[in-house]
Amino acid sequence: MSTATVQHPAPTETDDFDPRAEGQRLIKDWYAQLETANARNAAVANVFVMGNAVEILRAFDFELVFPEINSLQTGVRKASEEYIRLSEDYGMSPDVCSYVKADVGLILKENEHPAGRIPKASLAVASNMCGTFIKWAEIWERWLKTPTFVLDLPGQRAAGWQVRPGDAQHAADARWVEAQFQELIVQCERITGKRFDMDKLAEVEARVNKMVDHWNNVMALNRQCPAPFNAMLDGLTYIGIMNVHRGTEEGVEFMRRLEEHLKAKVGRGEGRVAEERFRLLFSGTPCYVSMRRLVELFETWGGVFAYSDYLTFAAGGMDATDLRYDTSRPLESLAEVTALAAQRGLSNQFFAHERLAQQIKDYAVDGVVFHGIKSCRFVSSGMADTREFINKRLDVPTLYIESDLIDPRYWSDAQIKNRVDAFFEALHQRGGGAPLARKTVATA
Amino acid sequence: MKYVAGVDVGSTQTKAIIVDENKAIVGRALLDMETSMVTVAQDAFRAALDNAGIAEGDVVWVAGTGYGRYKVTFGREQVTEISCHARGAVSLFPMTRTVIDIGGQDTKAIRVGADGKVEDFTMNDKCAAGTGRFLGAASYALEMPLAELGPLAMKSTNPVRITTTCTVFAESEIISHLAKGIPSEDVLMGVHQAIASRCVSLARRVGIESEVTFTGGVSRNVAMVKLIEELIGMRLNVSQDAHFCGALGAALFSHDRMFGAAAQPALAMAEEA
Repeated sequence: MSTATVQHPAPTETDDFDPRAEGQRLIKDWYAQLETANARNAAVANVFVMGNAVEILRAFDFELVFPEINSLQTGVRKASEEYIRLSEDYGMSPDVCSYVKADVGLILKENEHPAGRIPKASLAVASNMCGTFIKWAEIWERWLKTPTFVLDLPGQRAAGWQVRPGDAQHAADARWVEAQFQELIVQCERITGKRFDMDKLAEVEARVNKMVDHWNNVMALNRQCPAPFNAMLDGLTYIGIMNVHRGTEEGVEFMRRLEEHLKAKVGRGEGRVAEERFRLLFSGTPCYVSMRRLVELFETWGGVFAYSDYLTFAAGGMDATDLRYDTSRPLESLAEVTALAAQRGLSNQFFAHERLAQQIKDYAVDGVVFHGIKSCRFVSSGMADTREFINKRLDVPTLYIESDLIDPRYWSDAQIKNRVDAFFEALHQRGGGAPLARKTVATA
Repeated sequence: MKYVAGVDVGSTQTKAIIVDENKAIVGRALLDMETSMVTVAQDAFRAALDNAGIAEGDVVWVAGTGYGRYKVTFGREQVTEISCHARGAVSLFPMTRTVIDIGGQDTKAIRVGADGKVEDFTMNDKCAAGTGRFLGAASYALEMPLAELGPLAMKSTNPVRITTTCTVFAESEIISHLAKGIPSEDVLMGVHQAIASRCVSLARRVGIESEVTFTGGVSRNVAMVKLIEELIGMRLNVSQDAHFCGALGAALFSHDRMFGAAAQPALAMAEEA
């Protein structure tokens, strides 16, 4: 069924790198570091994964808290329901974003998180990449008196038109963003008592450039058949490091070793599953509370997520090769890249059909799985149109399933298993590979 | 003569079908879910054997379908009801391109290709609004058997609008309308309209193409057939065996395994805990 050309690169070095274990270690160390941040009088910033000016904050030695990652980690650690219920007991509607509710629960639990105590932030940086970010930051501002800086990142101007690098519009957008960065720098200087160091910003950017290069290579390796990693399980660890360690030496080293590791795996012809029968693309945001189970439902049929657009937009669109920093003019370049990355992150919603059509070809996938999020209409609303385009215009089978980011009450195992099984039965009927002789799959 | 069977374990009823080597239906059974799923599946299979007048040993392959497909412990294969309803519908009406099924807790719309294979499907999600359970709520509130709901609704001259989409709240809304003195037939027609509207909305998501075949227990409801036909502007295919469509599809998948032109592997052999 799959048509990916098998071109195995030669193995490079002895492979003793376990990306999952190393990723978990880095996340654990990051939380441990955060736990002592307030006691060390370190400057702490709350940031989101998209549109966050992390490079500037790192140049001021801010320690970074990612509230979205805190919330998804409550899901991964099967503790999200407790936090969500606390916020609902407080009065929040079940319809509110479950990331926000878990974070409100965290505040109500006096910052006690399953991974450790989360420090009080001295600054929050939000942006308009998601409307909820701004309202979320208002909660910190009102409850915790956290100074908040909101970046206004230019979005789409007209239907069917996107800003391209070098456009006059892009230059204007970059100037608009750079002016806001200047204001942010003044605020950072006031909070930290440090002078802004342009050379330090350039150093952070140089490290981000290296990470992005490795990241692009890692993504490209999954175009191989069999795919060496599952974009919606292994890939979630990778993107976690890409965000939490963006611009750090540890982040560069992780990505370098990851690329080497996956190259070696591809060289050995080793895939994520023993027998890859179907290659799939996952569109949307993960159900962190049940992601392992969901992947199991697909892999039981020999279906592997070779790619996911989540790996693009949850890292601010950083998989494009033209999003590299020019470290000879760090601030202007940061503004140019941020303006473009914001557009691309948002374009994931508005131009999904074009992008997915290309990725279907690039990753030689047999079908596309859309995951709607019950508590986030922002990432789910365009899926019906996109799905119809892919299904009817491209004649590529699609599946729509729905649950939530981290609210386990929206996970219905029997219903989702039923849809997944029916999807594979249809793929099989269309001439897909014979399914594996499968073993027992217990309903969670 | 050798036979194969399909057993469809649904949320409210279990259906069993036995077909012979020529794909002719030779036995049927339909039982309400009154005991455990495992027991009802066995009982339905035995009742179908009795109906066909054959022995268990004559049946060489059984496939389970429906939510309780893994409770068909004597089955050698499990196939989802989506594949089975599509297969059964195309078998009954070969020109079928769209299948609408209203079951006890699921309403589904399936688009099938000219080759009879599933191209796309959609189902109600996380909520039983627009399913047969909605009619169950009306039946309970009106203290009237399900079979009488459709004919009574057809007598309506001024149907009420049921505004809630929640099956649980619908019951109180129905009682509230009855308490105001609104005739039962008008309340019932409102209930039917609410279900038909949600069902057609699902079908439009996969794209309604002629011919449209209506399967599942609710297809026996005359009011529902009329309303869906009005909403989509097409005639519906409804078979006497529409209720058994899922079980029939499962039996035909069983037939593929045993008597198909080419040896075909089972679609799913997973056993669930």
